[in-house]
Amino acid sequence: MTLLKVQDLCVTLNTSHGPQQVISHINFSMNAGEKLGIVGESGCGKSITALAMMSLLPPDSKTSGKIILEGRDILTLNSKEICSIRGNRIGMIFQEPMTALNPVQQIGAQISESIYLHMKLNQKQTIERVKELMDKVGLPVSRFGLNLYPHQLSGGQRQRVMIAMAIACNPDILIADEPTTALDVTVQEQILDLIRDLADSSGMALIMISHDLGVIAQTTQNVMVMYTGSIVEMGSTVDVFQNMKHPYTYGLFSAIPHAGSSAHLCRKRLSSIPGQVPELHLRPRGCNFADRCSRASKMCKAKDPVATRVSDHHQVWCYHPLKEEDKQ
Amino acid sequence: MFRTLVEVLRHGLKNRSFVIGGTISLLFFLVAFLSYFWTPYPVEDINIADKLLKPSSRYLLGTDHFGRDILSMLIKGARNSVIVAFVAIGIGIGCGVPLGLTAAAQKGWMDELIMRFNDFTFAFPSLISAIMITAILGPGSVNSIIAIGIFNVPVFARVARGAALSIWKREFILAARSAGKGPFRISVEHILPNISSMLIVQATIQFALGILAEASLSYLGLGTQPPMPSWGKMLNEAQTFLHFAPQLAIYPGLAIALTVMGLNLFGDGLRDVLDPKLRRSR
Repeated sequence: MTLLKVQDLCVTLNTSHGPQQVISHINFSMNAGEKLGIVGESGCGKSITALAMMSLLPPDSKTSGKIILEGRDILTLNSKEICSIRGNRIGMIFQEPMTALNPVQQIGAQISESIYLHMKLNQKQTIERVKELMDKVGLPVSRFGLNLYPHQLSGGQRQRVMIAMAIACNPDILIADEPTTALDVTVQEQILDLIRDLADSSGMALIMISHDLGVIAQTTQNVMVMYTGSIVEMGSTVDVFQNMKHPYTYGLFSAIPHAGSSAHLCRKRLSSIPGQVPELHLRPRGCNFADRCSRASKMCKAKDPVATRVSDHHQVWCYHPLKEEDKQ
Repeated sequence: MFRTLVEVLRHGLKNRSFVIGGTISLLFFLVAFLSYFWTPYPVEDINIADKLLKPSSRYLLGTDHFGRDILSMLIKGARNSVIVAFVAIGIGIGCGVPLGLTAAAQKGWMDELIMRFNDFTFAFPSLISAIMITAILGPGSVNSIIAIGIFNVPVFARVARGAALSIWKREFILAARSAGKGPFRISVEHILPNISSMLIVQATIQFALGILAEASLSYLGLGTQPPMPSWGKMLNEAQTFLHFAPQLAIYPGLAIALTVMGLNLFGDGLRDVLDPKLRRSR
């Protein structure tokens, strides 16, 4: 059953160079309980896509297209209807647990916010629910009181509080915007396990946004690779990771350093994608990746790439998708 | 709440201006409070026989031209200053902070409207306008409270808006919005607690200004009316006798200067104590 359908989503933001389209023509859909990854480097539009789904973009931005959640287009709702969806149907975890919690409010109060707003429980039931949530995210109330302030917790604990806030009303969709980027690796593992387990046990759909391919591989079934505001490759995580077709996806994978690999042992330079991400106002015609791509042809620089089907669950937006022999 | 207070005191006691200003301010409030129970002599008593006495063991600070005890008048005048400044601050915070929060939350035309109205109020020198308001409404302590209060509104609106705008950009506001909170709830539950330290500091400074304004209005005869004593009015009455009884002007003048200085020092110290960034850099 389709839960969320994004059709032809375009977002234009006001920048110092005038209005610039930062997201262009994104289409995807999600089923209930599905886990979708969005991967790409900084500035490719991952977070903007997430904020658009929450209708939290700055007021001077323009959004076109449709974001349909269970038959209703989020982009056409008034602010009151939006507020009843945020936190209730869609929950969001932010990147920086250090700044995403109010420094002068106790964590119990912060977790209870959306419960109070959306679930219409009385005070006693609300406190019960908060305790239950804290147990769920691994902050047992016996050790962590409801009246702690964020500065009394570590980064990982704060991120657990954020997760408790996001799942407080059993949302249908949980958006995790780089939830582990600010945490160290050991804590990252625990937080990812927690998010995945919570999504599994309550049947929430999960949108995992990350620039870390390992995170995506661990947590998602389907993946969407983004570059400069467009999708370049989309499909089931297994297909895309094992049989990548877009030169950009391939570049991303080659850029992962492997400890103990021959490159490492021979002290070779780390492999990278040549060139830089074009600035917003300097994006070329045609394929945005063409300038950095060794396979680019005339057509790439003239016409926007179109979707090519690789298999049932795998699409790539490239005129010259990689073949097996192209990968060394 | 209690813990926060203890914490503030703990850091405050290391700060010189906080200690000195705080002591003076505390003394001032205690004196004002004292006037409810005790003054050396009742201030309404006119005793012409004892007029213009020099300080003595009977009248510690001497008497004025009606033979009233200066010390008693100073004590009761302190109460008057506190009440006027306090209520005026209340008006300023009560109207100004919601206006500033609304401006920051709504942006757009609402922001423009509120802030331009503030500029309009600011454009008039506050004392001149206070004189105008009391001239229209008639002299009296209630009207001087209103006049001073009105000029506190834009001050607090501006401080609240500026501080709120910087908080609105923080990520936890985005998180609160993603939980489904509307701008009103966010303003009250997230913005206000985060800007309260700035408002408290501004309030102590405005308090000192309020005392000055009340003294000025009373000096001009537009503020507190007899028989209630007020420091400004004492200054005014002392004018006539400046040549042969200068102490009549010196005592209320000193009282005003000392109190205002004390409150300003306290405000300065409090700002350093409440702002952890400033505290660390010392």
